[in-house]
Amino acid sequence: MSQLNFKLITSIVLAMGTLLFTLPAVHAKKYDGVTVNIITMEAPQIKGPMVKRAPDFKKLTGATINIIGVPFADIYPKMEADFATGTNSVDGAVFAPQWMVDFIEPGYLEDLTSKVKADSAIEWDDIGYFFRSFSSTYGGKIYTIPLDGDFHMIYYRTDLLDAAGISPPTTWEEYIYIASRFHGQDMNGDGTPDYGSCISKKRNAQAYWMILSVAGGFIQAKGTGEGMFFDTKTMKPLVNNEAFSRALDIYKETTKYAPPDEINLDVGDTRGLWTAGRCALTLDWGDIGTLAIEKGSKVKGKTGAAILPGSRKVLDRSSGKLVSCDRARCPYAINGVNHAPFAAYGGWSGAINTAASAKVKDAAYDFFSYMAQPKQSNVDVTIGITGMNPYRISQFETLSNWTNAGFSKASAENYLGAIKASLNSPNMILDLRVPKNQRYQQVVLDTEVHRFLSGEISKEEAMQRIEEGWEEITEEMGREEQLNAYRKTLGY
Amino acid sequence: MLNIKTFEERLDRQAPALFIMPAVLIVLSFSIFPLIVSLFVALSRLKFVKGGIEAKYIGFLNFKKLLFGSQQYHFLGKFDQLTAIGYVIMSVFVILILVWFYRYFRSNNFSLVGTFGRLVVATGLFFLLMLTLINLTTPKGLPGTLVVTLVYVVLGVVLQYMIGLGLAMLCVQKIKGRNFFRIVFFVPMMITPVGIAYLFRMLTDMTKGPFAPIVMLLGMEETSWAVIPWGARIAVMIGDAWQWIPFMFIILLAGLESLSIEQKEAAIIDGAGSWQIFRDITWPTLLPVSVTIVLIRLIEAFKIIDLPNVMTNGGPGIATESLSLHAYFNWRTMDLSGSAAVGYLLMVVAVFVCLSFVSLVKNQVEIAQQ
Repeated sequence: MSQLNFKLITSIVLAMGTLLFTLPAVHAKKYDGVTVNIITMEAPQIKGPMVKRAPDFKKLTGATINIIGVPFADIYPKMEADFATGTNSVDGAVFAPQWMVDFIEPGYLEDLTSKVKADSAIEWDDIGYFFRSFSSTYGGKIYTIPLDGDFHMIYYRTDLLDAAGISPPTTWEEYIYIASRFHGQDMNGDGTPDYGSCISKKRNAQAYWMILSVAGGFIQAKGTGEGMFFDTKTMKPLVNNEAFSRALDIYKETTKYAPPDEINLDVGDTRGLWTAGRCALTLDWGDIGTLAIEKGSKVKGKTGAAILPGSRKVLDRSSGKLVSCDRARCPYAINGVNHAPFAAYGGWSGAINTAASAKVKDAAYDFFSYMAQPKQSNVDVTIGITGMNPYRISQFETLSNWTNAGFSKASAENYLGAIKASLNSPNMILDLRVPKNQRYQQVVLDTEVHRFLSGEISKEEAMQRIEEGWEEITEEMGREEQLNAYRKTLGY
Repeated sequence: MLNIKTFEERLDRQAPALFIMPAVLIVLSFSIFPLIVSLFVALSRLKFVKGGIEAKYIGFLNFKKLLFGSQQYHFLGKFDQLTAIGYVIMSVFVILILVWFYRYFRSNNFSLVGTFGRLVVATGLFFLLMLTLINLTTPKGLPGTLVVTLVYVVLGVVLQYMIGLGLAMLCVQKIKGRNFFRIVFFVPMMITPVGIAYLFRMLTDMTKGPFAPIVMLLGMEETSWAVIPWGARIAVMIGDAWQWIPFMFIILLAGLESLSIEQKEAAIIDGAGSWQIFRDITWPTLLPVSVTIVLIRLIEAFKIIDLPNVMTNGGPGIATESLSLHAYFNWRTMDLSGSAAVGYLLMVVAVFVCLSFVSLVKNQVEIAQQ
């Protein structure tokens, strides 16, 4: 009997021991012990949703996602220095896809084509064609995973415009008129006068796209392939002509009907002013639409969105003068107005450093895929603070996502309609994607436009300096090479 | 045959140099080596390529760009014809320089080297003053980062010194709560410069800041200091002064406390007034320490970066951009060689101004010490 007991006890102990040893193996996760360092902008937007979802991803896969935030203007140089010097302290980056050319050519970014093709969960074909092509693909290969869709639009206060019987602006002149009409009125009932227009114009931030949005309708009229930055035959900049001059005039005039320190306001500041009900008009990415419905917003149900205003006159590229639109000059004009919606920035996208280890690359890809998958993405794009805007076809078609988030059916249709109108426009402006585009825009354009706004230099000087600065970069990089790159991005 | 005694004597003579050599070599490698490398960087065009950095020697092209080329407006600013005020100031300056030379020639210290040094100082100061005047006093002139930095340095340090001296003279009196004030005045120096910059950014925010209600009450809600170049520069200088006045204050206070009471009492008994006491007793005693702290501040002030970067981002336009911030912005946009060139020019200007300051006040200090 005692021998039987001994055998029984031994068997139980052995069985329990085996169980104890096998349990961790059963629960071992794919990326246990793997840490992925991802660099992006230090802000509640973009970094915020990734930080929020990283613990869930860890529960699923075991990978630790470490998000490193840096100021917007530091993302590009930090990535370049990190990759080029071989420091490789970051395994991935969520950045502007227009910069990808500078990182792909030297071989810093991993080709993700095979990973995307093998990944059914990402539902790649559901991502809008523009974001799959412009924001993700270079030379026929996929290098980034879109996490956001970016277009500039204008937003207006529906309550104010309805009460005054005014339609949303279709030209920049109408924008100025509406801004001047409401400037100085109390728009949120707090007893203090508010502003006709709020546009972020801060230097060394994300404001340099704003002037391009104003200029676009004056410069590009014959479709996306025409381009708005350079002459497609000579690579001469299109910044010293009557069209850009008119855009600078309008841009400066908007500051008359704006907060007094508007030239130092970042997008976060103007968005705060909008949700506080202090502006009649604003120019921004899709974030305003979703921020307007958030808790504490004073403009919920009062925010309308529209395609960027355009112009009845456009640039004659041979003479540099503004000429009136006709069917030949403005084939895509709507009621005689040439609209050129600007895909500014292109949308935050994730890329992977080639120098990372295979396991880390896999984990980084899986994280970007996880963020982009409809289950996560469909929620994130409806929350204003995430900074993520719709980029999936289903996100434009499924109204319930938006009504569940707090939009009324009419608001959702208006908001998505404005994005769709921009996305489907045959005259959409593609952001600059030639090598060193960051220097053309973030250094030269940004500095000179800000100097013009602050009154340091005249409009003529600003245009001349931008032209000279751009020419200097083009000469430095090689005119032919830059021209070829520019033409390629436009589909030549 | 080896003369051991002579060998030992020679060894003894060389021993101090041998013992000091390692320390000297280490110090040199840490100070001279970066200078040489950064000079090489300033004379090259650097490009990040896979696996490292590709450098191409381009001579003085980066300096040419800053002094005569596309970046001249950024570094030297925009020029215009000198106005009547400018001519008057330049004339006064030339007269003062001539008087300075006349005194030197009449003194017993006259030498060719000394004359050459003074000529360099006079010429350099002439050009810096001329640049400042054509940037700041002419209708179309605009200051570049060099003159903006000089404004921060000269106006800022003078302001800080005067307020620091005033506070020190107040706190040296036997007044109630003296120790409390001493600590309070010293607190700003213990705060990190970035913290001070954010503090002043919040204080100077005219739409949401603490002064917003006052601005509204005055009906000035449509204006903002941040969009006016001089408003922004003054705001930066106020922040800088708030940070550095304690440094001036604490050292000048120590200097004032070390003054001989007997001398002062004797002067009072002899019927000297407070101004006479300050001019003939306090000031000569404080002069050596004043020169030292002003020199330290001059060197430090040339490196100002945190405040204009955080408060104004160098704006409006480039109105508040200092040389250090100029170099930093170039570096941030990966123009490493352009950044090194700005850094080198900053070093040359800083060394020149500091040496000029020392040579201008040297005689006064020697007289005061006698």
